[in-house]
Amino acid sequence: MDFIVDAQKLSKTFSGRSGTVEALSDIDLQIEPGEFVSLIGPSGCGKSTLLRLIGELLHPSAGRLIVNGKDPHQARLDGDYGIAFQSATLLEWRTVLRNVELPLELADVDAHGRRSRAEELLAMVGLSDFVDHYPWQLSGGMQQRVAIARALGQRPPLLLMDEPFGALDEMTRESMQQELMRIWRDTGTTVVFVTHSIPEAVFLSTRTIVMSSRPGRITHRIDIDLPQPRQFEIRESPRFFELLTEVREALRQGEKLS
Amino acid sequence: MRAGRLTAPVLAFVGGVALWEALVRLFDIEAFILPAPSAIWTSFVTNFADIWSYGFRTLIEAVGGLVVGTILGILVAAAVARWTTLRLGAMPFAAAVNAMPIVATAPIFNQLFGLTSPVSKMAVVALMVFFPVMANTTRGLVEADPARLELMRAMAASPYEILRRLRIPTSLPYFFSAMKVAVPLSLIGAIIAEYFGGPQDVLGQYITNRAQLFQFPDAWAAILVSAVLGISMYSIVLAAERLVMPWHVSIRAAE
Repeated sequence: MDFIVDAQKLSKTFSGRSGTVEALSDIDLQIEPGEFVSLIGPSGCGKSTLLRLIGELLHPSAGRLIVNGKDPHQARLDGDYGIAFQSATLLEWRTVLRNVELPLELADVDAHGRRSRAEELLAMVGLSDFVDHYPWQLSGGMQQRVAIARALGQRPPLLLMDEPFGALDEMTRESMQQELMRIWRDTGTTVVFVTHSIPEAVFLSTRTIVMSSRPGRITHRIDIDLPQPRQFEIRESPRFFELLTEVREALRQGEKLS
Repeated sequence: MRAGRLTAPVLAFVGGVALWEALVRLFDIEAFILPAPSAIWTSFVTNFADIWSYGFRTLIEAVGGLVVGTILGILVAAAVARWTTLRLGAMPFAAAVNAMPIVATAPIFNQLFGLTSPVSKMAVVALMVFFPVMANTTRGLVEADPARLELMRAMAASPYEILRRLRIPTSLPYFFSAMKVAVPLSLIGAIIAEYFGGPQDVLGQYITNRAQLFQFPDAWAAILVSAVLGISMYSIVLAAERLVMPWHVSIRAAE
């Protein structure tokens, strides 16, 4: 089996004025293509750090990491992943369309190819009518949809998401989760999703990785065996509540350990 | 809506000038203290061709210095933003030089580049304009949002692409606020440098000469020309700003 993410004994320490902090210690994590993996844990557990190591925005202090069968550096250069952050990080001097075109521009896709791909992506996230709008003319949820469309530009096999719905209100958040589920099914892309919301992790993922802090490490791996495709009603099913409880208990145990 | 917005300032202007005229006549104020607007206007009309040709020469000095100072400011900003060591080494000195009154160098530049050459005036202007442009542009180039930098890295953007697609657009608002300072500075620099001597057919010399002969309405008419030039240059900067960055908060708030 080829893993899309293969981390072995991965560690990351940050050294600053106040000494060194062990952000991640001894991380073993294998992710198969097509999985939807959530990383959940208290702040400071290193979940965002782990995401950044996979994206080669940070470098590990020790251990081995393979992304899409390659060195993470090569994977980043090859555009093997798309990324979305908590803030939409759209460029306000570009229209919605040109924001989505940005990664395609950087990959030297010709103007025609860029345009048709960007329009296709914006249709997928339901923003076809907002192509020529500027980011400030959109609501927070719409901006985040643009950011997701942008992340999917080059059909990456891997999508990295760092609390992308963290700044949205509860209603918008649930509809965005629904939409992300649909995009995940339609594109077949693997998702690594950082969150601190238990219902979000349970609703979205096929597997939830529970982490604890000081030092950041994995304490539990919980398979989320809810049926696919997941619709809103699943949130009201008994199994959903059982899984919520299981993740919550795992988080509490993790806290006691540290 | 637009007409309504203009009404108040036009009324204020007309009222102010009328009040000024009335006070001068009512209290019989001497022309060397404050000439009446009508006297200034008469001089402005009588000497129209002369003062505008002086104004044009002064404008050449101001714009020449502005262009040179701005280009140098941008080039140094780019270098200083690119190499952190250079920035850390150079910025304290830049701030120190910026804090010093640069017009004080005018007599020296007059000697250095020749009293009669417009270059001596341009040099003063260029030096005055250089620091605000350099300091602001550097700040703009350096201050890209860390999350956006991360995004650009994630998309495998090269340093050049980051400069072009992120840092330069981010620096534009900083650059334009520098230009709004630099444009009035350039006219101030040119006119003050002219006060220290040189050809007679420029605004600064005309103002000093007429003032020495107690022809204050003439001096004020020349000041009116410099004001018109300053406001025109400033308006060009505002128009360019709207054209280049219609997306910026400061501009879309005004819409």
